[in-house]
Amino acid sequence: MPAAPAAKAGPRRPFRTTFWWYLIKRLGQAVLVIVIVTIIVFWLLHLAMPDGPGAGVLGMQADQAQIDRWNQDHGFDLPLWHQYLNYLVQVSHGDFGQSFKQASTVGALIALRLPKTLLLAGICIVIALAVALPMGIFQATRRGKVADYVLTWLNFLVYSTPSFFLGLIVIIVFSQKLGWLPATAPSGNPTVLALLEQPRVMVLPVITGTLGTIATFSRYMRSATIDNLSEDYVRTARSKGTSRARVITRHVVRNSLTPVIAMLGYYLPVMFGGMLVVESLFNYPGMGLLFWRSAQQGDYPVLLGCILVIALATVVGSLLADLIQAGLDPRTRGSLE
Amino acid sequence: MSELRLVPKRVDEIAPRLSSASPAARAWRRFRANKLAMVGLCLVVLLVLFCLVGPLVWRTDQIHTNIYSDLMAPPGTPGHPLGTDDLGYDVLGRLMKGGQTSLIVGLLAGLLATLIGTIWGSVAGYVGGVVDTIMMRIVDAGIALPATFLLLILSAITRPSLPLMIVVIGLVSWLVPARLIRAESISVKQRDYVQALRAVGGSHTRAVARHIIPNTVGTMIVNATFQVADAILLVAYISYLGMGIQAPATDWGAMLTKGITYTYQGAWWLIFPAGLLIVITVCAFNFVGDGLRDMFDVKGREA
Repeated sequence: MPAAPAAKAGPRRPFRTTFWWYLIKRLGQAVLVIVIVTIIVFWLLHLAMPDGPGAGVLGMQADQAQIDRWNQDHGFDLPLWHQYLNYLVQVSHGDFGQSFKQASTVGALIALRLPKTLLLAGICIVIALAVALPMGIFQATRRGKVADYVLTWLNFLVYSTPSFFLGLIVIIVFSQKLGWLPATAPSGNPTVLALLEQPRVMVLPVITGTLGTIATFSRYMRSATIDNLSEDYVRTARSKGTSRARVITRHVVRNSLTPVIAMLGYYLPVMFGGMLVVESLFNYPGMGLLFWRSAQQGDYPVLLGCILVIALATVVGSLLADLIQAGLDPRTRGSLE
Repeated sequence: MSELRLVPKRVDEIAPRLSSASPAARAWRRFRANKLAMVGLCLVVLLVLFCLVGPLVWRTDQIHTNIYSDLMAPPGTPGHPLGTDDLGYDVLGRLMKGGQTSLIVGLLAGLLATLIGTIWGSVAGYVGGVVDTIMMRIVDAGIALPATFLLLILSAITRPSLPLMIVVIGLVSWLVPARLIRAESISVKQRDYVQALRAVGGSHTRAVARHIIPNTVGTMIVNATFQVADAILLVAYISYLGMGIQAPATDWGAMLTKGITYTYQGAWWLIFPAGLLIVITVCAFNFVGDGLRDMFDVKGREA
């Protein structure tokens, strides 16, 4: 431990203000959130299959006695708290159960699809940030001017458009009218590499997924930059003769970026939610499409496996984002309540 | 700046406007000063009139399908200014009827989300300690579950209906307001008048109901407006995901989703009117929310 708590009196900082104390507290929170997430997912599973998954696993041919026996053999007649503990043990071994409709485990299905969703989401986020961050800074420095108004309007417009409508417009314009790009991803189950080899397929899904993210993040960046522009350090730097451009690039941008980075972790579920719509619209073979099809078939183990994976990714993502922020900016360490 | 004043300024000298108008009139003036907010408010009024009064003026049969009438008639067909859909329903009349669902569900779900969020957030913030920690981790867990995924699961488990849509949208969107109100109630809790109330023996219930919640009312109203905007979007997503209400009832999202099937037949009138109405409505509520934020934001009052 780098900082022993108040063992030595003197200039050493109190342990409660160090990064390590923050790390311990933040980890504790993350564990608690994960436990609550598993409770919610378990409850949804129970809601979907009150008597256990026997009927789904055995299929149409099984009679009620067989189903009951299967449910008993697999512990689905135990009290709920016991079932939940069994579920926890199972999930902690990476076992999300067996798909009802496909001859595969849920884990294997997700492992096959998740990389493709991550590829699509990753490209979307990178492009969106590359556009949104400069746009937000630009708007903040021209606050109240025509350019700011126009961009704010545009962002409002995109933000208010359901992404499937946005995707539909993109399809009509680029695929139907202009005929430049295909409106559907390759059918079957191509690998990530195969997708990368035909970038044309990716263009329309990426455009659809990117636009909404740009609208969201340019708003964050604009308000973060505006907040920082009114800080004392900006006035001090300006009064000491630093040029406005230099104050912005050297100080303001850096300080405005930290809250936006922190937002990225919390944006993960929104991003995955958006991918669900994009993938179903373009028939892109990722986790969203898997989820979509499973919902139509009532394949509950797959549905809840997907949700659990996304929720865990979000908890870990926001944990990392917060830790990066706390490492960069000590002021945020105290804000954890 | 070098002038030294020995006689302090009178209040009405410093703030002549304050003494001349009631708080409500001043708030209304600040709202009116925001052009975008006024545009939004006018749009909301027009949309409500279109959906609720419109059907009284433009009478169409939105219940019985008539296979002998025009199917997929393009706009401009006599008697059908916006054409008909694949079942022969008049699109203009259907937009009015669908709008009723979108607006009513959006409004009620947005209010429900704000209500749950306000109670949850103010209790967590006021009580503090372990209760606060657990309540807010529940919020974190809820935020980690993507709303569209939850909606799709619930649609697989249950059968769609209007009240269910309201409850489900409310249940997936109370989390952000809960966070905002909690932060607000923590700051109100520490103010002197709440401390004084507690010191003279006022109850916790009284502190929360009479002071914490009323003082967060600005945040609440602003947030409620944004919640309604988001809820109207979610109504559209629900229909796209297949959980929408059953025909012959409809909403804009369901109309738009149906239009997707006919994209390649060039039936643009099944797509764009419904899509644009969703965008305009959501924009309008967002504009109003922006104006209300200016109105309630104490820092921005001089502006």
